[in-house]
Amino acid sequence: MHLDHSHHGPAAVGADARRADGTRRALRIGLGGPVGSGKTATVAALCRALRDELSLAVVTNDIYTREDAEFLLREAVLPPERITAVETGACPHTAIRDDISANLEAVEDLEDAVGPLDLVLVESGGDNLTATFSKGLVDAQIFVIDVAGGDDIPRKGGPGVTTADLLIVNKTDLAPYVGSDLARMAADAKAQRAELPVVFQSLRGADGVRDVAAWVRARLGAWTA
Amino acid sequence: MGRGALLVLADGRFPAGGHAHSGGAEEAVRAGRITGAADLEAFCRGRLHTAGLVAAALAAAAAAGADPAELDAAADARTPSPALRLAARKLGRQLMRAARATWPSPELDAVARAFPKGAHQPVVLGLTARAAGLGPSDAAYCAVYESVSGPATAVVRLLSLDPFEATAVLARLAPELDLVVDRAVAAGTAVPPALPAASAPLLELGAEIHAAWPVRLFAS
Ligand SMILES: Nc1nc2c(ncn2[C@@H]2O[C@H](COP(=O)(O)OP(=O)(O)O)[C@@H](O)[C@H]2O)c(=O)[nH]1
Ligand SMILES: [Mg+2]
Repeated sequence: MHLDHSHHGPAAVGADARRADGTRRALRIGLGGPVGSGKTATVAALCRALRDELSLAVVTNDIYTREDAEFLLREAVLPPERITAVETGACPHTAIRDDISANLEAVEDLEDAVGPLDLVLVESGGDNLTATFSKGLVDAQIFVIDVAGGDDIPRKGGPGVTTADLLIVNKTDLAPYVGSDLARMAADAKAQRAELPVVFQSLRGADGVRDVAAWVRARLGAWTA
Repeated sequence: MGRGALLVLADGRFPAGGHAHSGGAEEAVRAGRITGAADLEAFCRGRLHTAGLVAAALAAAAAAGADPAELDAAADARTPSPALRLAARKLGRQLMRAARATWPSPELDAVARAFPKGAHQPVVLGLTARAAGLGPSDAAYCAVYESVSGPATAVVRLLSLDPFEATAVLARLAPELDLVVDRAVAAGTAVPPALPAASAPLLELGAEIHAAWPVRLFAS
């Protein structure tokens, strides 16, 4: 992964695994998925679960400037200097995929200001099923859908559902009320994703974000190995 | 290198952060100064002959090899609004990243080191053109085109303006782009550079108002 050219001045390329001073940069994980599926709630829960063991920061990409960042600030999941909102010009998917410069800048500024960091979570403001993160921005991506958005989403697929490193099917507590068939969603997801992992979660339940936090720890283990 | 490299650099999809900026159009739309294609044309024309001319002269001077630090100070002096200075440096930093990845050059590395938080975007644009083997006039063309294409693209999103109408506005401005480039190149390549100081007070004021909004779609 590491390019062996020498590092004079700031790294030129976003995917570069090392920072200008030669130290390894933080693992960057993107969270995408439809509006309201629970991305910000998952980020908040991950921060609460991991903040005592890891040095964390969050970058949000909102359609309107700062709503997700302000939610995270209100909930006090991290100190304010560890949360940055990127302005996306009404187009979050451009900022996470086609032109990632503002996000890379935000990540680097966080590492400079509060680093060293172990993990940066990058949330994309809800877009549509086609939004995915550039590999130049994140090392792994999570796609979050929920049971209330219709239990046919895993069957319909789309790049997020089929290729994300982790698929979260959120709000399983609501399944009985919205008539979603979890077994069918699991079978459809399996058909679309083969061996890629899927987590069914309810942030209202006792286990909360536990399985996703375990997945993040495993990714971090692989990153720092 | 020539026209091919120019098209790469001038492409609106060149990944240097510009898509998140409206060039003042978001504030002008909210204030009721842009409501359709005719207003957009007037707005772009004003921007072209003020901010566009200054940016193009800076870019031409940088492409011709003038001292980047002096040009950066000159850009600061020509940008009264703190919000616009900040936006120009952010965009300069983002362009620097894209430029170093696309046209690696020791000169770009040196300026990146000297300005870790970014130099003014037009200065970096001129240096990028240089690294791409392009000349002062090419750099000036990129600057003037950006000065009008940014607001036009933003207004398509902000007003759901017909994209054909927005593009026709740009086409009607094209002959004026040529004229402004000529002036900018003459000024920027003079020794020492005779940089213009045309300013648009309403753009500067608008940028300050826009920066104070709690909710906005564009970064500037
Ligand atoms: N019932 C239930 N509600 C949830 C769950 N996760 C998130 N929510 C709620 O769903 C709404 C949207 O969540 P949010 O995280 O803002 O969605 P985002 O747009 O994807 O960031 C909020 O009101 C959350 O409290 C869950 O597991 N169960
Ligand atoms: Mg959110």
